[in-house]
Amino acid sequence: MARSALLGSSLAKKYWMALTGLFLVLFLFAHLAGNLQLLDMSPEGQLKFNAYAKFMTSFPVVKAISYLLYLSILFHAFDGFLLAIQNRKARPVRYARENAGANRSWASSNMALLGTLILVFLVIHMKRFWYEMHWGELGLDADGNKDLYTVVAAAFSELWYVVLYVVMMGVLAFHLLHGFQSAFQSLGLNHPKYTPAIKNIGVFIAVVLPVFFALIPVWMFVNR
Amino acid sequence: MGNMKLTLKVWRQNGPNDKGRIVDYPVNDVSEDMSFLEMLDVLNDDLVRKGEDPIAFDHDCREGICGMCSLFINGEAHGPGRGITTCQLHMRKFKDGDTIYVEPWRSTAFPVIKDLATNRSAFDRIQAAGGFVSVNTSGNLVDGNAVPIPKDDADKAFDAATCIGCGACVATCPNGSAMLFTAAKVSQLSLLPQGKPEAKRRALAMVEQMDKEGFGNCSNTGACEVECPKGISLEHIARLNREYLAAVVTQE
Repeated sequence: MARSALLGSSLAKKYWMALTGLFLVLFLFAHLAGNLQLLDMSPEGQLKFNAYAKFMTSFPVVKAISYLLYLSILFHAFDGFLLAIQNRKARPVRYARENAGANRSWASSNMALLGTLILVFLVIHMKRFWYEMHWGELGLDADGNKDLYTVVAAAFSELWYVVLYVVMMGVLAFHLLHGFQSAFQSLGLNHPKYTPAIKNIGVFIAVVLPVFFALIPVWMFVNR
Repeated sequence: MGNMKLTLKVWRQNGPNDKGRIVDYPVNDVSEDMSFLEMLDVLNDDLVRKGEDPIAFDHDCREGICGMCSLFINGEAHGPGRGITTCQLHMRKFKDGDTIYVEPWRSTAFPVIKDLATNRSAFDRIQAAGGFVSVNTSGNLVDGNAVPIPKDDADKAFDAATCIGCGACVATCPNGSAMLFTAAKVSQLSLLPQGKPEAKRRALAMVEQMDKEGFGNCSNTGACEVECPKGISLEHIARLNREYLAAVVTQE
């Protein structure tokens, strides 16, 4: 029985899914707080953003957390992939007719699809900014920091990238809509007094986070 | 007899190894007062008269308490309607001219025996793995009613115990997960003082057996709770998640 302990069993996979997922939600808040600085497009705002980017890639505590973050993203994706394969195997013959709308939300039965889309977007997204910041040939700004702001502004002046970004925030919204409250249920945190509040907070997060994220590229595109 | 005409699209499969296929059956003279199973009885009667093989389906008490009837009807376990089994589903839920899909529960752990009848003994094995209370019969047995139990706990345990093990939760779940069944069987015991001493061992053993049977993983879609004829709550799944987590973390 010990083997089924913290890695193998179906429930253990769900615990890890929930824990990494909630950590990623926390990260999204931090990421958004940083991104909102981009709304200030003045020269001083640009310098401030570059200084912030420098801090986020050099301060040891932030660096340590970022490694935990990479690990969480990879594990969340890998674990989710594993769960999806097992779930498909659990029903080898599909129903000829299935009325899914009668008993579950669309998001809840398409988490793997939504997650895969987010993962693909993450690769494009990280190549564009994260990779450039770490290993790209970036110019320096007036303060001598890597000029990430110009890279971001260039990306958000391309219509296709802005559209992709906004659409993917919609995908993220649906993923969060089910994911946030589901994480609590997976960890056994269900109580008639608190669960309705958790569900409401989940809806709030699923709307507010993506909307603010999507606002930034649209704002920068319009004011380019 | 009634006056509804229906087209049934029924899954026919000669045996566990047959590939199976959907076969169309027109049924006439269906009364809206028939139960779904009675309508199938009439169809089978007709098939037998014509010298054809009748459709195999599970049924027993026909009053919604045995858990024997199944059927995935028009894309839903036990058909449209809430809080009912297929034997409690009446033809008044359908309209004249309707086409109705009738399929067996679909799950790796519930192999088809024939047509619409599936083997649900995987549930029995989960139950046998830990869904019991060991009673010492040394002669100084305590009267169960002498143990004080808060009313709310007793009610919750009873709510869980109303599970009839029909398998609608597995059939409905997009992942083919048996968490609602297993959670109900764990909860009905762990909520009561008599069930507490074996709670850890029970949660570990029953989940291990559940995984072994090839059921999928719960992703909290909540579909099982909606389709469950007994309205077993997702709260029980959360309780199993809690108990298993505590058991895994503290086991020696």
